[in-house]
Amino acid sequence: MKYLLLALLAGTPFYGIGNYPLHLVIMCLLWGYVYTSWSIMGRLGLVSFGHGSFLGIGAYSVVMLWNHFGVSPWIGAVVGVVLSAVVAVIIGFPCFRFKIVGHYFALVTLALSEVTRLIIVALRDQTGGSLGATPNTALAQGNAWSFGALQFSDKIVWFYAILAVWLAGLWVWAKVDRGMTRLALEAISHEEEAAASIGINVTRSKLFVTLISAVMTSIGGALYAQYQLYINPETVSGISISLQMVFGVIAGGMYVMLGPTVGAVFTLLLAEGLRLALGDAFKQFPALDLAIYGLMLVLFIIHMPKGILGTAQEAWGRASRPH
Amino acid sequence: MLALTDVCAGYGSFQALFGVSLEVKAGESVAVIGPNGAGKTTLLRAISKLIALTAGEVTMQGRSLKHVPAHEVIACGISQVPENRRLFARLTVEENLKMGAFLPAARKKFAERREFVYSLFPRMQERRAQLAGTLSGGEQQMCAIGRALMSGPKLLLLDEPSAGLAPVIVQSIMQMVKRICAEGYTVLIVEQNIRQVLKVVDRAYLLETGRIKSSGASAELLASDEIRKAYLGM
Repeated sequence: MKYLLLALLAGTPFYGIGNYPLHLVIMCLLWGYVYTSWSIMGRLGLVSFGHGSFLGIGAYSVVMLWNHFGVSPWIGAVVGVVLSAVVAVIIGFPCFRFKIVGHYFALVTLALSEVTRLIIVALRDQTGGSLGATPNTALAQGNAWSFGALQFSDKIVWFYAILAVWLAGLWVWAKVDRGMTRLALEAISHEEEAAASIGINVTRSKLFVTLISAVMTSIGGALYAQYQLYINPETVSGISISLQMVFGVIAGGMYVMLGPTVGAVFTLLLAEGLRLALGDAFKQFPALDLAIYGLMLVLFIIHMPKGILGTAQEAWGRASRPH
Repeated sequence: MLALTDVCAGYGSFQALFGVSLEVKAGESVAVIGPNGAGKTTLLRAISKLIALTAGEVTMQGRSLKHVPAHEVIACGISQVPENRRLFARLTVEENLKMGAFLPAARKKFAERREFVYSLFPRMQERRAQLAGTLSGGEQQMCAIGRALMSGPKLLLLDEPSAGLAPVIVQSIMQMVKRICAEGYTVLIVEQNIRQVLKVVDRAYLLETGRIKSSGASAELLASDEIRKAYLGM
């Protein structure tokens, strides 16, 4: 069943659905991967509003190094990963060491995502500021693709690349889910002192999942930049994208493997739907989608805390159980 | 086995312990008794390094715990049953036990020790798949003690095992403590229910406002005027 669905998904480019729907599928997978990255720490009680920062670091590292120094995005992505890891430790270590948890942790990370956005805007001479940046093209002489520059004009290549990354993200999720780290972090999120008293190194366990999550998100940022070939501070960092990740994961279902992906599909359909339904009104109120996300987030937390997929699975389990 | 010398500790500028010294020998069961706010829980937190000492020293089998962080105390053979149990409420009984055997060395002996805990508390075997948060108070206490035993400790610290339990349950918990002592564990128990705890331990220290007021064998203390008047209402 699982493999059948995967095979069905893998065949997507050959259904003749056209470029735009294929683009939507790719975006669903890419954001599904990013949301999965977020949920690796989010589901274990480390709710971060700062993942826009790691996404931004990943995206801007590849584009800036490529545009200014001609460094291949492959290396740029590695630089982004290292930078994200460093930032994760700088923010995470003091928080975990001095027991900044729950709402306070969320506030610290909220500041992080906004600071990252402001830094990108402030360095406008290098980053292009609020106008964003486009990676210099490597496809000038009729080349359809450049492996070194990680640029492909063919969406099918991107589809398979991002499908692979998405699967890798799910694999990491499952690995963490089955490992001792999940039990340790679940214990920490229930009872931090009891966890320490049974031998769990609270600081190290938290830092471990934070690093995994940050690094994965950073790779997501790099892929986003290379696929879209355009980034700006609003779309890859700052509060709105960070909030969107939190919303997407909660809407989809935080505690099931495919929950974040379902959340990505849901947010994308919501955004596209709003764009179609509201048309010009959407342009006049640019923060309208954010307001709707916020409202829906409240509704989800109150009425469907397990998310769409979590609730559906529960209902399915109830229906199939014999009475 | 465990020795405290002139231990001082507190919370910020508030000092809760003033030069506490005590000793627990291997195979003994010792209680620290005293009224509310005497510093009993603080004393256990100081031993398990959940708060820092401001002065004095704690040694376990001759080794100073000065530079041992909280999560490594258990590797020194000290396992704590925290006040109010502190179970992982959304995990099952068996998962709680699994968490008690978190360290790699303990994980290898998981099956064997689980059987031991189940033989000690058959009720836990019946409830193994139940969420710990849905157990009754007495069962939660069993589960918490079971979790603490899973690391195979040399010394078991019990923080107010009778807290919030009905008198009849308190008696059965005390009988469990007695059995655990009989199994060869060394036990340090902190308790307000002085009459009950003195029936099961070998020796006790009386802690008042952060200082040891007196100490002696349980029978001696039970018979002393000081304890009888102040704590047993006789």
